[in-house]
Amino acid sequence: MSVLIFAEAKNGNYKKNAFEAVYYGSQLASAIGTEAFVFTIGDGANAADLGKYGASKIWFNNAQAKTDSQVVSAMVAQAAEKAEATHVVLSNSALGKAVAGRIAVKLDASLVSGANALPIGNTVTKGVFSGKAIASFEMSGDKHVISLMGNSLKPVETGSSGIPEAIELDIPQTKLKVIETKTVDGVVPLPEAELVVSAGRGMKGPENWGIIEDLANVLGATTACSRPVADTGWRPHHEHVGQTGVAIRPNLYIAAGISGAIQHLAGVNSSKTIVVINKDPEAPFFKAADYGVLGDLFDVVPRLTEAIKKFKA
Amino acid sequence: MNLLVCISKTPETTAKISFIEDNSKFNTEGVQYIMNPYDEWYALVRAIELKEKHGGKVIAMNVGPASNDIIIRKALAIGADEAVRVDAEPDSSMFVAKQIANYAQENAIDIVFCGKETIDYNGSEVASITAEMLDLPFVSYASKMEFDGTTATIERDIEGGVEVVQVEKPFVLSASKGLAEQRIPNMKGIMMAKRKPLNVVEAVGHDSKSKLLSYTMPQGKQEVKMIDPENMDELVRLLHEEAKVI
Ligand SMILES: Cc1cc2nc3c(=O)[nH]c(=O)nc-3n(C[C@H](O)[C@H](O)[C@H](O)COP(=O)(O)OP(=O)(O)OC[C@H]3O[C@@H](n4cnc5c(N)ncnc54)[C@H](O)[C@@H]3O)c2cc1C
Ligand SMILES: Nc1ncnc2c1ncn2[C@@H]1O[C@H](COP(=O)(O)O)[C@@H](O)[C@H]1O
Repeated sequence: MSVLIFAEAKNGNYKKNAFEAVYYGSQLASAIGTEAFVFTIGDGANAADLGKYGASKIWFNNAQAKTDSQVVSAMVAQAAEKAEATHVVLSNSALGKAVAGRIAVKLDASLVSGANALPIGNTVTKGVFSGKAIASFEMSGDKHVISLMGNSLKPVETGSSGIPEAIELDIPQTKLKVIETKTVDGVVPLPEAELVVSAGRGMKGPENWGIIEDLANVLGATTACSRPVADTGWRPHHEHVGQTGVAIRPNLYIAAGISGAIQHLAGVNSSKTIVVINKDPEAPFFKAADYGVLGDLFDVVPRLTEAIKKFKA
Repeated sequence: MNLLVCISKTPETTAKISFIEDNSKFNTEGVQYIMNPYDEWYALVRAIELKEKHGGKVIAMNVGPASNDIIIRKALAIGADEAVRVDAEPDSSMFVAKQIANYAQENAIDIVFCGKETIDYNGSEVASITAEMLDLPFVSYASKMEFDGTTATIERDIEGGVEVVQVEKPFVLSASKGLAEQRIPNMKGIMMAKRKPLNVVEAVGHDSKSKLLSYTMPQGKQEVKMIDPENMDELVRLLHEEAKVI
């Protein structure tokens, strides 16, 4: 018996979501009195550190098609069988979402995606209705696939680094040809960001975004926006958060010039702390905020940037 | 070419969320339902565009009770050629996917279109499970798609960017924002929809391993603390000492 964790590598490196998954899996393993095994795709070079979050074994296989759900799910399912895993844990990332269902079918397992806490017995919870409620699911059968919502727990180093071992797997031929991958370098992607600075129509136009970027830079935050801002092309559409955009749950969400429409809130109301900057005292966003600043964002935002600079110095 | 578009219904985005029967059921009273935006705005419209260019037909499929017919008719009004409803109250993504996979297999479907996720349960599960049941490639979160009749070149959203992939039909895709431009049904479409076939079929059995037990509401927020706009040092202090987020 074991818990098998699929740790996702990005360009050969491991990020927060991989450490969270390993820590979650190892906590789950100790709760049910078994071991945590990690499986990862890559050459194993940076995989040793995964052990620090409580894994007793680290397996790797350097398959070519690292983003094809057909290939990845086949590999993870085989690793799970080899580990005689009762549970497979992975992150609820773009790749995690594409493979979780496939793995559950292959293993004839129950599936809960986007879990926000460790299971208690066979019950596990997740956010539903865009974070407006939490649902408990009962998992039956003897195998379970759980994907973990980012930022649900803080990974703690409980073990030591292990020596990654290569494993042989039967890898299916990929039917997807990757032509190109375009990512913005040096920026933490929104779903993984702990600090987010977001702005809306109150900005008046794209040429004013400099003050938002300055604030994000001093904080080391990722930028986001409301839907009309993305729809009118003021900002790239991957920055659009909300019910029909990206759903996020950072530690800090700063919203400037966003009214706080219910569809916007749906994507951000799970943030730990919300700061709202708006010149309208009736803006609905104030009701969802922890801290509110009533004022003109063109004054307030630069002032906040200066205050943070001072604090960091 | 047969294009299957899976459509689901979801509470209208401003609907009040509450629960009944010991918090075990969603309270549907007074709730208006809409077609899931990802299914309607992106998946369905792109499928219709492909049919307009390459021929074939667009079939809208829903797993749900008869009260969903109004949403299915809307898909027909937007431009689907026919529809099928699997008459069942779905209890899990596995159940829904099983119905879709079964229908796709029996009806020689070339591309299965799903939405990125339903905006109520935020599962993002059905498309991945369906693809596995059909043993087909799956392209998730497609935000752009070119298709030459055999091979599709698809841009899909990944964390912080996009990945461009090529795949040959048959395959399964899930649609995210950008794949198409929303179409509003016109009068002619609405009239024609009444005459288009909506077939009701029985569900194939499936026993679900994940069961929804109950709901809870997250703890309410405390009253907002208003900060003097002249005193941003105070806000920074609170974020550091009280909220402990910086
Ligand atoms: C089905 C559906 C899905 C949707 N999904 C989403 C979604 O995913 N995400 C999303 O964001 N929206 C979504 N929307 C749109 C949503 O309803 C709102 O229209 C949108 O969020 C409003 O954007 P905004 O707050 O930037 O603009 P507005 O509502 O125009 O608000 C601008 C705010 O800026 C303030 N302001 C103006 N000038 C200043 C200044 N100088 N200083 C300080 N404050 C100022 C104003 O007081 C106002 O509160 C959806 C709508 C529908 C119908
Ligand atoms: N009851 C249903 N009937 C038909 N298609 C569905 C149903 N539920 C979900 N889908 C499809 O699966 C997609 C993803 O749903 P989900 O996995 O629930 O987030 C939706 O956007 C639809 O395309």
